[in-house]
Amino acid sequence: MSDVAIAVEELWKVYSKSKSGKVVIDVDDEELMRSIEASSEDVVAVRDLSFEVKKGEVFIVMGLSGSGKSTLIRCLIRLVEPSYGKIIINGYDVTAMDKKELTEFRRYQTAMVFQHYGLLPHKTVLDNVAFGLKLRGVPKKERREKAMHALEIVGLEKWASYYPSSLSGGMRQRVGIARALVADSPILLMDEPFSGLDPLIRREMQDELIRLQEEMHKTIFFVTHDLDEAMRLGDRMAVMKDGSIVQIGKPAEVFANPANDYVARFVQDRGEEIRKADEQIAALNVANDKEVNSDVS
Amino acid sequence: MFPEAWEFHVTPHLNSGIKALIQNHGEAFDAFSNGLLQLLLWIQSALSAVPWWGYILLIAAISWFSIRKVVPTLVLSLLPVIIGVFGLWGLAIETLAIVITSVVISLALGIPLGVLMAEVKTVGVIIRPILDAMQTMPSFVYLIPAMMLFGLGKVPAILATVIYALPPVIRLTCLGIELVPKSVQEAALAYGATRWQLLKEVRLPLAMPSIMAGVNQTIMMALSMVVIASMIGARGLGQEILMAINRINVGRGFESGLSIVIMAIVIDRITQGLAKKWDPVKKP
Repeated sequence: MSDVAIAVEELWKVYSKSKSGKVVIDVDDEELMRSIEASSEDVVAVRDLSFEVKKGEVFIVMGLSGSGKSTLIRCLIRLVEPSYGKIIINGYDVTAMDKKELTEFRRYQTAMVFQHYGLLPHKTVLDNVAFGLKLRGVPKKERREKAMHALEIVGLEKWASYYPSSLSGGMRQRVGIARALVADSPILLMDEPFSGLDPLIRREMQDELIRLQEEMHKTIFFVTHDLDEAMRLGDRMAVMKDGSIVQIGKPAEVFANPANDYVARFVQDRGEEIRKADEQIAALNVANDKEVNSDVS
Repeated sequence: MFPEAWEFHVTPHLNSGIKALIQNHGEAFDAFSNGLLQLLLWIQSALSAVPWWGYILLIAAISWFSIRKVVPTLVLSLLPVIIGVFGLWGLAIETLAIVITSVVISLALGIPLGVLMAEVKTVGVIIRPILDAMQTMPSFVYLIPAMMLFGLGKVPAILATVIYALPPVIRLTCLGIELVPKSVQEAALAYGATRWQLLKEVRLPLAMPSIMAGVNQTIMMALSMVVIASMIGARGLGQEILMAINRINVGRGFESGLSIVIMAIVIDRITQGLAKKWDPVKKP
């Protein structure tokens, strides 16, 4: 039990278009469950998920958009309220917490990186990185020192006094990662952190995450729609479709033995994608060389 | 024809209600009226203490600080001279005192109400129709009870102005908060922001441009009420216009009308400049 970082049991999330927006779910009530599945008002985003993530593991959740993976990662710290089920993170029963406990839990146990960065546009890069510490009530001098250190780790110390709007996408996500690092929480939640970046920068950021993880040994819960990314980063991965997990295992296993057609199609496409990406990179390199040459001449 | 038998009037009930209110709680209204008058007189004496060239310098300093352009700064600081040339300086200061008092009260009530409206959904459901009524009800209608309760003069004028100028700042504060991107708020929550921290660190700062627009609107609407205010005996530029109407004196009306426009332009440009200066989201 002690080596389990995240344990999810029978997790459901149902969105409802009806006025109250809340759906009561009881897994044992078969008739109710059937009516929810059949209803056009209710949309099941996460369907009966149970899995465990071990400490120090990079766990990938992969699926196409709409497969419920973003809802799942938000359920873990109740940014989205689960409809049913139990979530236990580092021994804390997240689903049973009251507001105050949940706030404390989010401050010290988890740190999250978002696809759209979620940086505060009115704060400098340094203050953005220090934000989590500010919420905890860490004194200004201490939190700025720590934030500066985190910025050095991601190589952005020169940009500390700039505002996020002056930074490129890749740099902004580095700020997002520095903000997560400075919190020094045991669990890192990453929601498609590199999806918005161009292929070269994406690869660079993936390498950097691998390098950081070699030093940190955190538990990383990583959501992506990119199989290549899953293969590079993941210790284990879960493939999601329509709110359910269709296969779970080591990336190489999933790659070798797809559980069904859906996973198989993902895997097939990958060979295609890699070829395309390599071609793109080659083309970019040629273009860069030309630019350099023309600059020289 | 609408059936006559169905007619029902609230008039006698309302009238007797107001009368009873005056008879039973007259002292309370008098005390409130006096308090408000004290505030107004204090602001007015502070404003009168500043010499005319003091205003010119002040406007020049603020507009240079916020706009940083020579021509607008010169135009804005010299425009008020026209008011002085028309011989309306003293009346303009009296009008300014009413406007500032009303705006201070409107902001003190409006900004917290706007925040509350954005934070608590039910408050919005209750306040929204009241705001609609405040903005569309002809001001003369609530001037009648205001006059009965607080007497003639500046106090009912201030109340009427507050009722008219309050809605935009409430609405724009609420709107500004509601328009703060969900992704930014979600990030703050993920790092363990409490509701209060979310408001203080994220929602309010990012709503600032909208709140400042509300402040600007409130000032403009307060200025547009000065003529109506003068009808119940509040001295100032509006009184001049009223007299010009009574005597069909086009020139006199134009002079005081132009003075109000000048005040509006100067205040508008200065507050907008300051709002841009204080926009928390720094552009690269």
